[in-house]
Amino acid sequence: MAATSTRTFRPSAGQRRLGAKLIGAALSLAFVLVFNFFLFRVLPGDPAKNLTRNRLVPAEQVEVLRESFGLGKPLPQQFAQYVRDTLSGDLGISYKFRRPVSEVIAERIWPTVLLLGLSTLLSTAIGLWIGIRGAWRRNSVFDRVSLGASLALYAMPEFWLGIMLLIAFGVGVGPLPGLFPTGGLSSPDTELASLAGVADVARHLFLPCLTLTLAYIAEYALVMRSSLLDELTEDYLTTARAKGLRDALVLRRHAVPNALLPTTTLIFLNLGFIVSGAITIETVYSWPGLGLLSYEALRTPDYPLLQGVFLLFSAAVIIANLIADLLYAYLDPRVRTG
Amino acid sequence: MTATQPAPAAPEAAQGPILEVRDLHVHFGARRGKGPTAKAVDGVDLQVQPGEIVALAGESGCGKTTLARSILGLVEPTSGQVLYRGKPLGRGTAALKPYRREVQLVLQDPTGALNPRQSVYESVAEGLRIHGVKGDEETLVADALARSGLRPPRRFFLAYPHELSGGQRQRVVIAGALALEPSMLVADEPVSSLDASVRGEILALLLGLVRDLGLSILVVTHDLGLAWNIADRLAVMYLGRIVEQGPTETVLANPRHPYTRALLSVVPEVHHLETQILSGEPPDPTRVPPGCRFHPRCPALASGEAARAGVDDRCRNEAVPILRGVAEHHAACFLTDESVKKESERRPRTRGSHAEGLQ
Ligand SMILES: Nc1ncnc2c1ncn2[C@@H]1O[C@H](COP(=O)(O)OP(=O)(O)OP(=O)(O)O)[C@@H](O)[C@H]1O
Ligand code: SF4
Ligand SMILES: [Mg+2]
Repeated sequence: MAATSTRTFRPSAGQRRLGAKLIGAALSLAFVLVFNFFLFRVLPGDPAKNLTRNRLVPAEQVEVLRESFGLGKPLPQQFAQYVRDTLSGDLGISYKFRRPVSEVIAERIWPTVLLLGLSTLLSTAIGLWIGIRGAWRRNSVFDRVSLGASLALYAMPEFWLGIMLLIAFGVGVGPLPGLFPTGGLSSPDTELASLAGVADVARHLFLPCLTLTLAYIAEYALVMRSSLLDELTEDYLTTARAKGLRDALVLRRHAVPNALLPTTTLIFLNLGFIVSGAITIETVYSWPGLGLLSYEALRTPDYPLLQGVFLLFSAAVIIANLIADLLYAYLDPRVRTG
Repeated sequence: MTATQPAPAAPEAAQGPILEVRDLHVHFGARRGKGPTAKAVDGVDLQVQPGEIVALAGESGCGKTTLARSILGLVEPTSGQVLYRGKPLGRGTAALKPYRREVQLVLQDPTGALNPRQSVYESVAEGLRIHGVKGDEETLVADALARSGLRPPRRFFLAYPHELSGGQRQRVVIAGALALEPSMLVADEPVSSLDASVRGEILALLLGLVRDLGLSILVVTHDLGLAWNIADRLAVMYLGRIVEQGPTETVLANPRHPYTRALLSVVPEVHHLETQILSGEPPDPTRVPPGCRFHPRCPALASGEAARAGVDDRCRNEAVPILRGVAEHHAACFLTDESVKKESERRPRTRGSHAEGLQ
C-alpha cells in the first residue's frame, strides 16, 4: 500500500522539484547578471581610451564617445540602466563594431551553433557506440584499442589537437598538400546560398568540427564504457537473461538505457561548457562564431560585447545544467517519484 | 560426458526427476591464463522430483550460486550435464528458450533483480513478451501479482521497485516468474536479504506454490534452519561437491557427514549436537585438498575418530566418490557412510562413472 500513497504524492513532489530547479536556475542567472556588471566596471582600462588606441583623438571627442556609451553616469544609475536594458534584450553598443551587441551576437551565433551542434551530435553518436561496444566486448581488441585511443585523446588539450590537425590537414606536411582550408567560414566570393557555397562551408567546417568531435568522443566513450560496465554486473540482467531474453536485447533494453543515464547528464552539462570551450577552437581555425568574437572582444577590450558574450556563455551553462537535471529526473523514476 | 549413465532405480523414477544434474563440473579459468583454476562446482549429482522442494545448503563460496546458475544455463559447465525432464539442456540462448520458460530464477536480492527503471507491470510482463504468451497481458500480470500476494494487483502496476518494501519486491520477482507458469523455480537465497519478519511470509508463499501449483523448487540457502522448515530433501555442499544428501528430516535428525554435523551444531534450534566451530582455513576452490576435500578441517579426523576406525589414511589420500543423486540418505565420508566405504573400495577395479579422477 506504500505504493499507492506515494503515487498520490507524486505530482506535487515532482512539481516541487521542478519549481526548485527553475528558481535555482533563475537565481544563478540573476547572479551572473549582477556579477557581470561589476566585473566589467572593475576591470582596468578606460574603454573610451582603448577605443581610440594608437590614434590621436582630441579629448572632446573621447568625451563624446564616453557619453554615447553611457559611461559618464554614476554607478547606481548605470546599473539600473544595465538591468533594464539587458532584460529588454539591449546589451549596449559594441565599441569595436559600433553596432548593438545583440546584433553582433545574433550574427555570429550561427557558425557556433553549426559547429557545436554538429560536433556534439557526432561525438555523442560515435562516443556512445564505442563505449557500448567496448564494454560489451570487454578486453577485446576493439576495446583495448579504443580505450587506449580514448585515454590519449582525453588527455590531449583541445587547442593542441586543433593545431596538430591544422598542420596535418590544413597546411600540409612535407610533400602532402593541405587538404582543407586553414580558417574562416567560407572562401571569399562564394555565394553561400548555392550548392557550391554549402560545399565550401562544409570544407571549412571539417577541421574545427573534427577537432571538437575527437575531443569529446573520448570523454563520452570513456564515460559510457564505465557506466555500462557497472551496469553489466547488475542482477536484473541475470533475471532478464534467465527469462530467455537474447543477449543483444538484454543489452539494448536493460543495460544501455540505464547506463545512458549518467552519460546523458554529462552530455548536457558539457553542452554548456562546449560553448565557451569553442573559444580556443574557433580562434585556432578563425571560425567566425561566438568564440572568435569573444577573443576579438577581449583584445580590444570591448566591454559591452564581452559582457554580452559572457552573459550568453553563463546562461548556456546554467540552462544546460537545468536541462540535465530535468532530463535526469525524467529518465530516472527513482528521482522522478522518490 | 556421462550420457550413458543409467538412471538410478529410485521409487519415484517411474515418472522421472524433473531436473537432474549429472557429474557437473564448473571450473573458472584464471584471468588470461595465469594462476590456478577455481573449481567452483567439482562433480555434482543432484535430482529434483516433481512437486519437491530441495534445499541446497553450504557455507559461503562452496559453489551454490554457480551450481544454480549452471542449472539455468547461465554458466556453461566445464563438463557434465543438466537434464530437464530427461533431456539435456541445449546450448545458446535460442536452444534454451523453451527451458527458460519452464524453469524460473529467483535471486537473493530483489532490489538488484528488478530493473530500477521498470514499473512492476513492465517487469512482470517482460517474460510474457519474451515468450509471446497468448492471452490478455493485463489479466496475466494481475493474476501473477495476486498469486504472489500483491493484492489488489492493479494498484501495483505503476509502482517502481524503489517504492516497494523488500518483501514486496521479492513478491514482484516471484510474480515475474509465476507469470510464465513454470514447473520449477530455482531460488538462490530468496529470503536472506529480507528482514526476518518477512522471511516467513515469503517462505510460506513458496510452500503455497508447491501445494497449489505443483511446482518443484530448488532453494539455495546457507541456513539449515530454513531448509528444515520448507525442504523435502536436503543437499549439503562443501567446496564444489555435495557431501551429504537425503530426506531433510533424516539428514537433520541423523547427520552423517562431519561437515553437516558441524553446520547443524550451530543452528540455535538444535540441541542434540555438541557445538562445533570449524577451524582451519575456509575452503579455497583453487586449491582442493587431496583425499577427502574436507579432511583439513574435519573434526572426526582431528579427534582421532577416523584413525580409530582405520580410515584416516583414506581420508587423507583417497578421493571420495561423487554421491549419487538418489533419494536415500548418503554422505560422502569414509567414516560414516557404509556404501561410500564399499563403493570406493571397488573403485580401482570397476572405475564406476561416479568415481572421481576420470577426467
Ligand atoms: N565468474 C567467476 N570467476 C571466477 N571464480 C568464480 C566465478 N564465480 C564464482 N567463482 C568462485 O567460485 C566459488 C563459488 O562461488 P559461488 O558464488 O558459487 O558460491 P556460493 O556458494 O553461492 O557462495 P555465497 O553463499 O557467498 O553466495 C567462489 O570461490 C568464487 O570465488
Ligand atoms: S572422509 Fe574422513 S576426512 Fe572426510 S569427512 Fe569423513 S571422516 Fe572426515
Ligand atoms: Mg551465492
